Amino acid sequence: MNELLPTLPDYAAAHLQLSLVALLAGVLVSVPLGIWASRHPRAARPVLAVASALQTVPSLALLAFMVPALAAVGAPSIGWLPAALGLFVYSLLPILHNTAVGMATIDASILEAADGVGMTAGERLRRVELPLALPVILAGIRTAAVWTVGTATLATPVGARSLGYYIFGGLQTRNYAAILLGCAAAAALALLLDALVGLLERGVRRRRRGLVRAGALGLLALALAASLPPLLGLLRAEARPLVVGAKPFTEQYVLSRIVAGQLERATATPTTTLESLGSTVVFDGLRSGEIDVYVDYVGTLRAMLLGRTDRAASRAAALAEVREALARDGVTVAATLGFENTYVLALPRAQAEALGLARIGDLAGHAPGWTIGGDYELFHRPEWQALTTTYGLRFAEQRSMDPSLLYEAARTGEVQVIAAYSTDGRLDAYDLTPLVDDRAALPPYDALVLAGPRLVAEHPAALAALQALAGRIDAAAMRRMNAAVDRDGQSPAAVADAFLAELAQ
Amino acid sequence: MIALEQVRKTYGAVTAIADVSLEVAEGELLVLLGGSGSGKTTALKTINRLVEPTSGRVSVAGEDVRTLPGPLLRRRVGYVFQRLGLFPHMTVAENIGVTPSLLGWPRARIDARVDELLAMVELDPAEFRERDPAALSGGQAQRVAVARALAAEPRVMLLDEPFGALDPRTRGHLQAALMNIRARLGLTIVFVTHDVVEALLLGDRIAVMRAGRVVQVGSGRELAHTPADAEVRALLTEPLELAAAARARLLAEAP
Repeated sequence: MNELLPTLPDYAAAHLQLSLVALLAGVLVSVPLGIWASRHPRAARPVLAVASALQTVPSLALLAFMVPALAAVGAPSIGWLPAALGLFVYSLLPILHNTAVGMATIDASILEAADGVGMTAGERLRRVELPLALPVILAGIRTAAVWTVGTATLATPVGARSLGYYIFGGLQTRNYAAILLGCAAAAALALLLDALVGLLERGVRRRRRGLVRAGALGLLALALAASLPPLLGLLRAEARPLVVGAKPFTEQYVLSRIVAGQLERATATPTTTLESLGSTVVFDGLRSGEIDVYVDYVGTLRAMLLGRTDRAASRAAALAEVREALARDGVTVAATLGFENTYVLALPRAQAEALGLARIGDLAGHAPGWTIGGDYELFHRPEWQALTTTYGLRFAEQRSMDPSLLYEAARTGEVQVIAAYSTDGRLDAYDLTPLVDDRAALPPYDALVLAGPRLVAEHPAALAALQALAGRIDAAAMRRMNAAVDRDGQSPAAVADAFLAELAQ
Repeated sequence: MIALEQVRKTYGAVTAIADVSLEVAEGELLVLLGGSGSGKTTALKTINRLVEPTSGRVSVAGEDVRTLPGPLLRRRVGYVFQRLGLFPHMTVAENIGVTPSLLGWPRARIDARVDELLAMVELDPAEFRERDPAALSGGQAQRVAVARALAAEPRVMLLDEPFGALDPRTRGHLQAALMNIRARLGLTIVFVTHDVVEALLLGDRIAVMRAGRVVQVGSGRELAHTPADAEVRALLTEPLELAAAARARLLAEAP
């Protein structure tokens, strides 16, 4: 907990800034659109329908969709922009809807009076319609504000800094204090924003200047607080830091800290980590230069880049294929770390011993009555196809769930088998037995340190530092480090520091 | 001062008014009298272009109303209607001062004008200036609506059943107040009502409308003596018969 608190103001400010920008954009688009909709109710019906439909898209999917959408038009596709865009889309409906309703429910006699006293259409809008609709519009903004702040926690997987950092990271490393911190901070921000807009709304409704002023000042202060850290960052005018990416699981958190620490020690360039990114998000980021380095696995890359999931002739051959494919995207393999992190099918040791299960092939007889749990990706991946056809496995049910919940599900018997990760410390922590892939159905999954074009071209010292990591982490070491986080509750940073200290000796 | 020539307004297949020709002399009060659906309100609204005629010509002070944009025309013509439409988010003073502020009058002149008008409609400025419209009685609200219509010193006033929703006593007071103001300012007024008694009490002349057409125009006395048809006759004799019946009841019940 204590190590989390110093970073809280930064993440809270980033979270707030992201939410406020999305909300402001939402207001700037929705209010005029809502006014138009109230004037042309028939033409507006499809617009409102589209906004409603967008609202029903799960928010995480909407944010994630922004990544390929932005990449397709050549815009920065990971980080702040896709998150802000997704949140903006999400904020549209309540404001749009309330503006249209607020405008449409103004008494006809008041509009006739406005015309009768000689107002032009613009004067009528400014002096009569907007002031009368304002409380309803503000109520819509209030709803949108709470949604936006809440949904902004989901900005983490697309690479934007937000309070979701604590929640996603905490879920993966079973750090419940971090999860609580993230949730509580997001809730506090949402309540604060809700209260301030509520103050405005009440002030406008009761025509109390004091309340309006208090609400406006509060919002202004909040906006200022949110934009201060980035502004200070600009003033410091640092060189662009080297960015280390990480996918959302413990091993990646530890490795990204090790890589970052190694880079910081070897070069004068500051580094920063961008964590809990989706698989394709992080690779796209590397290719486009928004991320400079991250750790990926041969099997994953071979499937993603080459569409190959067949057995490779050898580990070396698979690595050569991948290396060549990466080179075409301008990505360099800086080092092979020395371990494989492959999927393994695992089940509780007691169960495995009772049924005499040791190899994957032994599962064939049990599978039709069993449920298998896997992460979100596995069942969509060609490796799953290879695994099931090679061993003739047909499970009664396949359940996707968050990797952090898989092991618990296996322990409680909610699923009978899980597709775990071979270096996961939780295999030991939960006393699970991995089954041997004796027919080598799964391709090799050696961990590679990938370096992007900018790092290779501009930071030769950094590349050398990454190369120095080659062969320095074996599977046992990796599993120990994962367990230190997952079982012993150490922070990924502390585990990485210990490793680097050892490495330096 | 005001002239309608062969004015016609249709909404799709429905004809609201047809062949309406009327003249109102300067300083005259013309009543448009008719039941609901007779077209009296439509005819009235063509004068300040709240309704644009399908055909025909409308002029105010000798000028075709189409030479001015609608909003600018309406700033010069006072307009009061039954549902008032006081702006609920403005004080009484802001409501009254709205047209002058649209015209860009300086603050001090607007303030002075508001006080003057409140006094004219017999409301104490100190007491009513900062009130919300919601805190006014029906009669008070109607006085404020009249004051708002008069604010920019119009020469012409259009009133659409302005006192229709008031109790008879209050209506009487307001009718008297309006006649005072009219005499003081020399206003030209077109007054829409369905109430024959009100028409007879206020109107210099009365235009009887039915089914979108003007049936007859004349003073109350002319209408009574030479009615255009049986319906006009009935219209004019009805109040006398009612008064006679009421009087008979009163005398019969005397001890």
